[in-house]
Amino acid sequence: MSRFLTITILTATVASGIRLATPFLLASLGETMGQRSGVLNLGVDGIMLLGAFGAYYTALHTHDLWLAVLVGILIGVVMGLITAVISVTLKAEQGISGIGVYLFGLGMSDLLFQKLVGTPVPISSLPTLKIPLVGTIPGLGKMFFQANLLVYVAFLLVPVLAFVLNRTTYGTNIKAVGENPAAADSLGVNVARIRYSTVILGSGLAGLGGAALAIQLGIFQSNLTQGAGFIAVALVYFGAWRPLGVMGGSLLYGMVAATVLTWKTLGIIPQSASDLAAMAPAVLTVVALVVVASRFRQPAALAKPYQRGG
Amino acid sequence: MSEHTLRRTRLLVVATAVLFIAAACGKSSTTSSSGGTASTGAGSIKPIKVALVAPSATNDLAFTQSMFDALKRLKSKYNLDIAVSDNKFVVDDAANAIRTYATQGYSLVIAHGSQFGGTVQQLAPQFPKVSFAWGTAGDTFGQSNVFAYQAASDQGGYVEGVMGAALSKSHVIGIVGPIEVGDAKLYVDGFKAGAKATDPSIDLRVNYTGSFSDVGLASEAARSFIAAKADVMTGTAQMVVGAIGVAKTSNVAWFGTQSNQTSLAPNVVVASQVYHWEVALTQIFDSIRKGTLGGQQYTIDLKNGGEALEYNPAYSLPSDVKAKADAAVQGIKDGSITTGVSG
Repeated sequence: MSRFLTITILTATVASGIRLATPFLLASLGETMGQRSGVLNLGVDGIMLLGAFGAYYTALHTHDLWLAVLVGILIGVVMGLITAVISVTLKAEQGISGIGVYLFGLGMSDLLFQKLVGTPVPISSLPTLKIPLVGTIPGLGKMFFQANLLVYVAFLLVPVLAFVLNRTTYGTNIKAVGENPAAADSLGVNVARIRYSTVILGSGLAGLGGAALAIQLGIFQSNLTQGAGFIAVALVYFGAWRPLGVMGGSLLYGMVAATVLTWKTLGIIPQSASDLAAMAPAVLTVVALVVVASRFRQPAALAKPYQRGG
Repeated sequence: MSEHTLRRTRLLVVATAVLFIAAACGKSSTTSSSGGTASTGAGSIKPIKVALVAPSATNDLAFTQSMFDALKRLKSKYNLDIAVSDNKFVVDDAANAIRTYATQGYSLVIAHGSQFGGTVQQLAPQFPKVSFAWGTAGDTFGQSNVFAYQAASDQGGYVEGVMGAALSKSHVIGIVGPIEVGDAKLYVDGFKAGAKATDPSIDLRVNYTGSFSDVGLASEAARSFIAAKADVMTGTAQMVVGAIGVAKTSNVAWFGTQSNQTSLAPNVVVASQVYHWEVALTQIFDSIRKGTLGGQQYTIDLKNGGEALEYNPAYSLPSDVKAKADAAVQGIKDGSITTGVSG
């Protein structure tokens, strides 16, 4: 354990945890917005995969990583629009339709990858951005202030979305629609418009999460996300539908995963316990979720389509 | 929109969605038939219908690609009609595909994954006229229509370990693996043996991520090795593309296995142990042609050419390191060197 408690190793582990957390954070922040308005989107993972492939393919052919990020977001936006039509206008059962979106994203991203790319070809990654002054602090600088721009964007979105939800009329409307759409409707809030906007925003962030993952890894492969979208949905519950809570959950997951990896590398976790240790991030998150979920309640109208007069 | 119109639109959307999903899900059962019934080459060679069921993609630059490439190399010689169901990691999905191919009269169904053993053992008696090939494994279950195949991946791993230890200046090597089982374990153990034989004081960091396909975990595992001062890395399974990416950006030497991985990082890939499954497949196809549908086990290794070290010409490998590798290969071939690793 003493080998773990060195500045170099601790720094690398924390930085790794933050990197691992970033795609989860982006996707779960987006899902938070949707769920606060009452829409459950289980297609997050599929949208992340499509965003990841779109970003990867763009980067591969244009070598423009920012264009790639934009494409990832746009793909998310388009998928969000489709999801909103299905969930809000057509009032389909959201759990089922979400799984449909996920399967579509999983299959289509792989189909496109096989047909348009074939053998994986690496792309470049975003450069590391050292924040002036704080980035030079020994230890802490490397942990928190030397990362690519998408990591900073993800964590900066936390206070931004918290502000939107808690300090703006739009945020009030989102929460009202998520708790009691009939009451919100009676007060002149356009329920459908609010839900469309949050689902599109949320899916755009999911697309960005996928793009961030592909660009961070510098490659695309079939099922690149490995179910990260579903973890992101769980993290929304863990975070009690609050951006700050979701950030905490994402960091918990990322840090545990990074710590397990480091401990395995250092031999602190013996190889005989390797498989058990690999379960740790998911198990801890589920345990934390159970503890937290018993203390907070979900938006009252979550996963319930709204029909005026219904 | 009236309720009636809304209902019709809903039905239309659901139907369209179902079609999309069916199309998207159907992509993993790609049928890449080739050869057909037309004869190729001299004379009329009766085509052999062969199906490959594999846990990952045919372009994974690792396990599945090695078998798919071998089939492609033998396509003309045996007039193969090849069908592929890849990304069938879930055993139930693979079992369904294996059964379907057997029902459709394929001459050989290759279950390319040690996790499919139970399925092969169960299905083979039900289709006595169909030949099954299962790997990587050595057990034919006593069935007359089951071939088994495996790779002595510890051999190529040993040679790469020799090179890795000779190249490493920090004396720290990182090894990323999926799960400590089967071919992956053999390779890793072989690599470790070769490294220790070259430098007993070498510090070998092994990280089994617990997944064959989680590219992100492999990437972070590689970063953890670099944080621990590793200047040489290796790994196995399709998720290593993540680790290779880190090796590339960190300028850390990489040794590959199963397929040639040079294209992923031409600046750092030193060499790859490449599987030539056609060494086993040739014997399997010849047996089938003679009417023997199974009961044999085949191992590819350095001696029979089923494994080969493919060097990256763009990597400046010191001549003394290359000489050590050549000596190790020769020693394994003539039996003077044993890896000490058992499957």
